Amino acid sequence: MAEDLPKAEEFLTNIDHKVPDTAWMDTPTEIRKGMYCYASNPKSVETLGLPNARKWSATDDDWQLPENWQEIIHNGFKERLERFRSLKVFMDICVRCGACADKCHFYIGTGDPKNMPVLRAELLRSVYRNDFTKIGKLLGRAAGARKMTLDVLKEWWYYLFQCSECRRCSVFCPYGIDTAEITIMGRELLNLIGLNIDWIATPVANCFRTGNHLGIQPHAFKDMLDFFVEDIEEVTGVQLEPSFNRKGADILFITPSGDVFADPGTYTCMGYMMLFHYLKEKYGFDITWSTYASEGGNFGFFTSHETMKRLNAKMYAEAKRLGVKWILGGECGHMWRVINQYMDTMNGPADFLEEPVSPITGTKFENAKSTKMVHIAEFTADLIKHNKLELDPRRNDHLKITYHDSCNPARGMGLLDEPRYVIKKVAKHFYEMPANTIREQTFCCGSGAGLNAGENMELRMAGGLPRANAVRSVHEKHGVNMLACVCAIDRAALPPLMEYWVPEVDVTGLHELVANALIMPGENDRTTDLRGEDLPETEDDADE
Amino acid sequence: MNVKYLYSLILVIALFLMAYAGVEMAGLQIVFGIIVPYVAVAIFLWGFISKILGWANSAVPFRIPTTSGQQKSLDWIKQNKIDNPSTTAGVVVRMALEILVFRSLFRNTKMALHKGVKLIYSWEIWLWVGALAFHWAFFVTVTRHLRFFTDPVPFPITILENVDSFFQVGLPLVFQSGVVLLAALLFLFLRRLFEPQVRYISLAADYFPLFLLIGIALSGILMRYFIKTDIVAAKELAMGLVTFKPCIPETVGSIFYIHLFLVCTLLAYFPYSKLMHFGGVFLSPTRNLANNTRMQRHVNPWNYPVKTHTYEEYEDDFREKMIEAGLPVDKDKE
Amino acid sequence: MKLSKLLTQHKTDIVKKWFDNAVQSYKMDVAKFLKTQSDQFANPVGGAFSQNLEPLFNELCGQMNAEVLTASVDPIVRIRAVQSFAPSQAVAFIFSLKRIIRTILKKELHSDNLLRELYEFDLKIDVLGLIAFDAFMVCREKIYDLKANEMRNRTLHAFERAKLVKNTSIYNIHAQGAQQITNREEVLSKNK
Repeated sequence: MAEDLPKAEEFLTNIDHKVPDTAWMDTPTEIRKGMYCYASNPKSVETLGLPNARKWSATDDDWQLPENWQEIIHNGFKERLERFRSLKVFMDICVRCGACADKCHFYIGTGDPKNMPVLRAELLRSVYRNDFTKIGKLLGRAAGARKMTLDVLKEWWYYLFQCSECRRCSVFCPYGIDTAEITIMGRELLNLIGLNIDWIATPVANCFRTGNHLGIQPHAFKDMLDFFVEDIEEVTGVQLEPSFNRKGADILFITPSGDVFADPGTYTCMGYMMLFHYLKEKYGFDITWSTYASEGGNFGFFTSHETMKRLNAKMYAEAKRLGVKWILGGECGHMWRVINQYMDTMNGPADFLEEPVSPITGTKFENAKSTKMVHIAEFTADLIKHNKLELDPRRNDHLKITYHDSCNPARGMGLLDEPRYVIKKVAKHFYEMPANTIREQTFCCGSGAGLNAGENMELRMAGGLPRANAVRSVHEKHGVNMLACVCAIDRAALPPLMEYWVPEVDVTGLHELVANALIMPGENDRTTDLRGEDLPETEDDADE
Repeated sequence: MNVKYLYSLILVIALFLMAYAGVEMAGLQIVFGIIVPYVAVAIFLWGFISKILGWANSAVPFRIPTTSGQQKSLDWIKQNKIDNPSTTAGVVVRMALEILVFRSLFRNTKMALHKGVKLIYSWEIWLWVGALAFHWAFFVTVTRHLRFFTDPVPFPITILENVDSFFQVGLPLVFQSGVVLLAALLFLFLRRLFEPQVRYISLAADYFPLFLLIGIALSGILMRYFIKTDIVAAKELAMGLVTFKPCIPETVGSIFYIHLFLVCTLLAYFPYSKLMHFGGVFLSPTRNLANNTRMQRHVNPWNYPVKTHTYEEYEDDFREKMIEAGLPVDKDKE
Repeated sequence: MKLSKLLTQHKTDIVKKWFDNAVQSYKMDVAKFLKTQSDQFANPVGGAFSQNLEPLFNELCGQMNAEVLTASVDPIVRIRAVQSFAPSQAVAFIFSLKRIIRTILKKELHSDNLLRELYEFDLKIDVLGLIAFDAFMVCREKIYDLKANEMRNRTLHAFERAKLVKNTSIYNIHAQGAQQITNREEVLSKNK
């Protein structure tokens, strides 16, 4: 910040701080502290066998690029234009109507014009025109074309890591141009010359080797779940026995490791465990966890299609090895975008699995008959609908809940009503945020697509402002004190966001709410919720 | 001063003068009435087709529709079959609404309309209205012009003309489409000029087609209502072109050649510009695919094997620790 | 007394100019968006300005209640604290009020009495400036606090509870990026 301090004479001449209006191509990019993530650790880049592993920093003048980096980018661009019609069409057809401009949470929050989706895409388009179109070659800048220079590259890097691939702009675009797609390609190109960020590269490297982003080894993974068993016993008096890597189980369960290792996701994780135990006791439900496929999330998705595929491959591989019938997936955002739109294509066909059927209700999950993976919100909603769960929603009475649609399940899948149905069945006080901030118009948490690092906290707070602002409105209007979500990144990113903007509101996953309401067979009278906080009016409950 | 639009304006004026001078002073009727149109149509067809083929030749490796509504899941949860289609029929409806009434663009305004807040601030609705007005007026105008290329004029075109001049104003009867077209174009230009957000993102390539279309509309209107030209002769020229028996009737005025030259410029420019959104909107993978990848496997033509970290490698790394923790292993410790 | 009357008379005008001036600190296209998008959920930044400048002005003309001033200045400054503004830029909009009042009341401001009152009013604006600066610093400290402790609060807390990490005091050090992750990894493996 200090380096941004204006000089004394600037105060005098420019006291109103009016910003000069230069054309965007003439506005140099200033890499600002708090807005970018640290460059990746060379060790992680090496582990993955990605190019140009070295120690570097975005604030260095010299980014230590390979000598022919322009050629690498050009060829990479060309290859991707052939491989992805989306990229080719999106490069050509934008008419710059401006409909997307103010739909981006980063634009709204940061006030930086280059965060308008259209301009973010123009960063690539300008180079595309120069390299691949006749008219761009002929007319140059007049046709909106420009050469790839180091400055342009830095601009790419800076702004492609200020996009959380949330697809909100794509909803409003008359041609469906999806900035996420453009960011994905742009990041892929940057990865070709070693311009990664550590918050993505290191989890990816961890995940590759140990099975999860946090690099938790198998025994520690088990330890953690064993610890939850103790915790759950303390709250409910019920002893659980989760099983791991068990061959012949009916179903394999995969959830983001954030649920296992980071609060408040851990409570959601306990929620899954309690649900599974309940179902096992009542209906003989048979499910196993895996320490090998112990990551539902996929930061490879934020690196390149290839890396995404490399990490995702574990899900089917493990399901095959264990011989399960189908896979149940936990609450996660981009994990579900990958499963819903990529997994079967990349790593399928999953012909060694069966079409998923709920062993309890007999419901066939027709919508998952090829991929053979069911979302736990779909699974639980079905259970509740068939009255298979004994619930006491009063235990959630102290909560006034609102629901944050995570970008990926909303705009890359359409999982909107299942979680709402579940919440309304396990809790009594539910309030929606304003219509233009939920469902397909939901605002991102500001930290998606691998941007939930610590060093870019300002960016995250600014990007999350539209979401927080909507939460504040229901907090003020209805006294909302709990923000529910079905995404592990949300559970990691929303707590600090709330702490900064609406400190009265806490964050929960869906299945924490379910577990608090779920009446376990043989349980004690519960006096606290999973967080160890006193339940409301427990005395009244005892009277009844 | 905004040079981007000045360049474009000057260029269109230059084109205007070029045609005028070419016909009036140099007597190049054959060039402007026969050669340029043929060349322009050839460029258009070649460019348009190769662009579409270029897009079509690129693979669609993944199904990535933007889902804007509830997915198909459990029977009792109501699916939004249009905004999150799971069938081809749904996709067709979604695309039709997108192409015919610009549904996504309209989404912009939904909130403002719903809440009834001051519409004057809500520029977006005017973008939708302006865009819709322009595209439909353009479509009607172009279709109407088919009367110059057909003999006898097909019945539907005559009907369209009658509807278009429904208000029976003026002599010759005023076509509403022409007026709407010009008004919409002017609006779109002014919006680009005065809305700072849009001005900031605009390129010269955004102003040029606007001026060109304004030029075409203006010259057309001038020709029909003010500087009357010999319509019969104009049709003779047009018919000559389409029947490959080109001729230059004497009585065609220079305003006609100007109009024609601007149209030819538009045709030749079209495939190499953003105007190709006309073709591209049909091929946009976020809109023209069903969200059914979990139901039906989508095949990626260039899918290739990748290096993964197998379970065996994983177990080799951690076997001892796994055994110690009581986790099952495939291979026992040696 | 006269000045306060004038200020009340011209309140709408002054607050409007104040708002316009404040949003000028953004790029022109952004400023226009902040001004015209009236839906506060689509435009939280503009909303924060338009909802809070008037109460601030009222308070300057009235009781100068510190709590009310803080409550109204906080939403604005909280936003500017995450928008890459230098501290001076972040709170400059407050001092711009001085110039705006002088411009709008140019004709009226001629008597010595009024100028004396104006001097008093300027002092109030200075106080507001100081309050805003404090609020700004609270926000910045919060940001650094979040930066330093997010990892600890979320992940390590979970580890601690599970007794997977014995000594977490090293995490109180403001660790950075890659180093932080590496440390975490190492500690975990050491503890096994």
